[in-house]
Amino acid sequence: MVDFGFGLSKSSAVRLDQVDLSLYRKLEVLEPGVRTCMSCGSCSATCTAGPWSGMSVRKVILNLQRGKDVSAMMQNCMLCGKCSMVCPRGINTRHLILSLCRIYGERK
Amino acid sequence: MKERFATGFDPFVLPFLVGMIFVLGYCLYGIFRILFQLPRQDRRKFLLSLITPSTAIKNIWDIFANCLLHIKLWKRNKMLGFMHSSIAFGWFMIILLGHIEVMVYCPERVRLLYYPIFFNYFVAENESTIGGAVLFFLMDFFLLLILTGIALAMVKRVRSRIFGMRRTTRPSALDRVGLYSLWAIFPLRLLAESFTAHISGGSFLTIPANWVFRQFLGNDLNMLPTWWAYSIALGVFMVVLPFTRYMHIPAEMMLIPMRNAGLKIRHPRRGFAKVEVLSCPGCGVCIDACPMSVQKKNIKDCTVYLNRQIRRGNEKRIEEISDKCLLCGKCEAVCQVGVEGPKLRIAQRSARRYGITPDFSGMDVSGMTASAKGSKVLYFAGCMTKLTPSIGKAVCSLLDKAGVDYTWMDREEGLCCGRPLMTAGRIDAALGLVKKNEEIILGSGADTLVLSCPICYKIFSERYSLPGVRVVNYADYFSELVEQGRLNVSKSDICYVYHDPCELGRGCGIYESPRRLIGQAAGIAEAPACREESICCGGSLGSLTLDFSQREAMTRKALDNLYASRADAVATACPLCLATFSRYSERPVRDLAQVLDASAERVEVK
Repeated sequence: MVDFGFGLSKSSAVRLDQVDLSLYRKLEVLEPGVRTCMSCGSCSATCTAGPWSGMSVRKVILNLQRGKDVSAMMQNCMLCGKCSMVCPRGINTRHLILSLCRIYGERK
Repeated sequence: MKERFATGFDPFVLPFLVGMIFVLGYCLYGIFRILFQLPRQDRRKFLLSLITPSTAIKNIWDIFANCLLHIKLWKRNKMLGFMHSSIAFGWFMIILLGHIEVMVYCPERVRLLYYPIFFNYFVAENESTIGGAVLFFLMDFFLLLILTGIALAMVKRVRSRIFGMRRTTRPSALDRVGLYSLWAIFPLRLLAESFTAHISGGSFLTIPANWVFRQFLGNDLNMLPTWWAYSIALGVFMVVLPFTRYMHIPAEMMLIPMRNAGLKIRHPRRGFAKVEVLSCPGCGVCIDACPMSVQKKNIKDCTVYLNRQIRRGNEKRIEEISDKCLLCGKCEAVCQVGVEGPKLRIAQRSARRYGITPDFSGMDVSGMTASAKGSKVLYFAGCMTKLTPSIGKAVCSLLDKAGVDYTWMDREEGLCCGRPLMTAGRIDAALGLVKKNEEIILGSGADTLVLSCPICYKIFSERYSLPGVRVVNYADYFSELVEQGRLNVSKSDICYVYHDPCELGRGCGIYESPRRLIGQAAGIAEAPACREESICCGGSLGSLTLDFSQREAMTRKALDNLYASRADAVATACPLCLATFSRYSERPVRDLAQVLDASAERVEVK
């Protein structure tokens, strides 16, 4: 990827061979279901926290796969469980979120 | 009566004495340890309750009724009730009568721990005196009662189905030592007393046995080995007692006063939780009750095994077990001792450390408060109802028909009630949500809050402080509307079987009003397992680790139970149950509000 170096915002290019995927790898161990996510966005559409906070499990997973920090968004989850009920892949999203909160604790 | 030995001692009492002193010392140490572990205000509350006459009397009665007579168990299962009460009450009576004998005949020996137990060896009493005859008869009678109980216990070990238990717990190695020594104690006592009966006196059991034994074992020296064996069996039982499930015998005597004092689990392992764990008798009633046990691989995740793992300190298994549970509360409902399986699990979950903690304190809820304003009645549908919009629609239609002026608080956007965070053990985060919801509701100026979701209702009725606002479940609210004549309900010819949602039934104790409403709107049938024994739909948010594929078998089991009633359709009062059942049910599944709405008509105001 060529960084042309102009523009006001920082480049948002994701270099998959350079990003830190350690969080995602740890999550894969605790909740293997995360691998089956197909980013359909059902979770984001139903999220109770979504309308007022922009919370979206889909974004959380995508950002993790790109090595980005997701802690700010995760603080809004109320664990209500609607996302796990609508997930067409049957991912246990509540366990995914709790596991992720836990991995963040282990990093410190 | 005369004493046979001036010393009042024989070496055979030593195994018993060692065991007795050990177990007494252990229990005394345990009591102080647990008292020390209690938070200060709980300890005060507990100690005060012990000297309050009303609770003290209740404590004594509860201990007598539950630990000795096992009245609760009798009500549930007569065979098990008889088995347990015959052993417990019989043993208690033998110990009591032994002490009475010593106090009547040789009061100076009453200080010796072993004298009442081995009384027949040390004294020679003639049963022809009236006192001797009565006491010996009672001793033999209670011994016979215990032996019957022990015989039943042996049968139960081999064929538990006779006692109505499909599965029982697998005893651990030490449990087996305790079990076999307990089984051995009473036959050995019979043997020992029978060998001595021609000297010490006896009654209908021991004297005939004595005749038989003396036919071929005439020498009096034969009696000593049997007394040794009896004493060793007692000693072994008491030495292993603290490390086996038999610890429930002393622990339950502590649990009952603590519960009567109103103590709650404050620490996952210490204090009250510790007493609950030790009080688990390992009977395994919770295994058959657990909705997860429909799959064999989940059997070891029932409350009885949680208690065992907590006693062993096996952290990995404790975490697995406490995260898997659906928190339906059925194990607690059937538990004879009253171990609070779900609360114990939530306490384990709450001890976990997380790097990210949800924080709702800075959230601006003025928009939500503004949209909740306008009427005296607020309707809070909850998150789950968003996925089953038919419930919200039916509730609104009913409220309209009854002419109630209401506002749907979370129609556009709202917050979660906090119950899911609470069950996940994230108590502080949950209380943060509770605060925000309180702010919205109190800011709206309403005086009644109607909830159609039992998950929300549980936390609203338990944790919210809403002065001036009446929190009511929709089943109760609609019952009132029908009683007041504001809703006109006619009976349809469909027959529904009502499924008690865990959170509404066992969680909040609401069983009658949904049934009454369905009975007014349609026919109603009962499933074989209903009310406190209702089977969880399997969709519960309580479980953190079970995914959909693992829940299907549970849902099907719950549905089979409902189908057994031969009703045309299933009715429930929880959006989560509705969604879960609808996924697999062959018969129509309806929410209470839908059932009612289908046959309710607007009452015309004259």
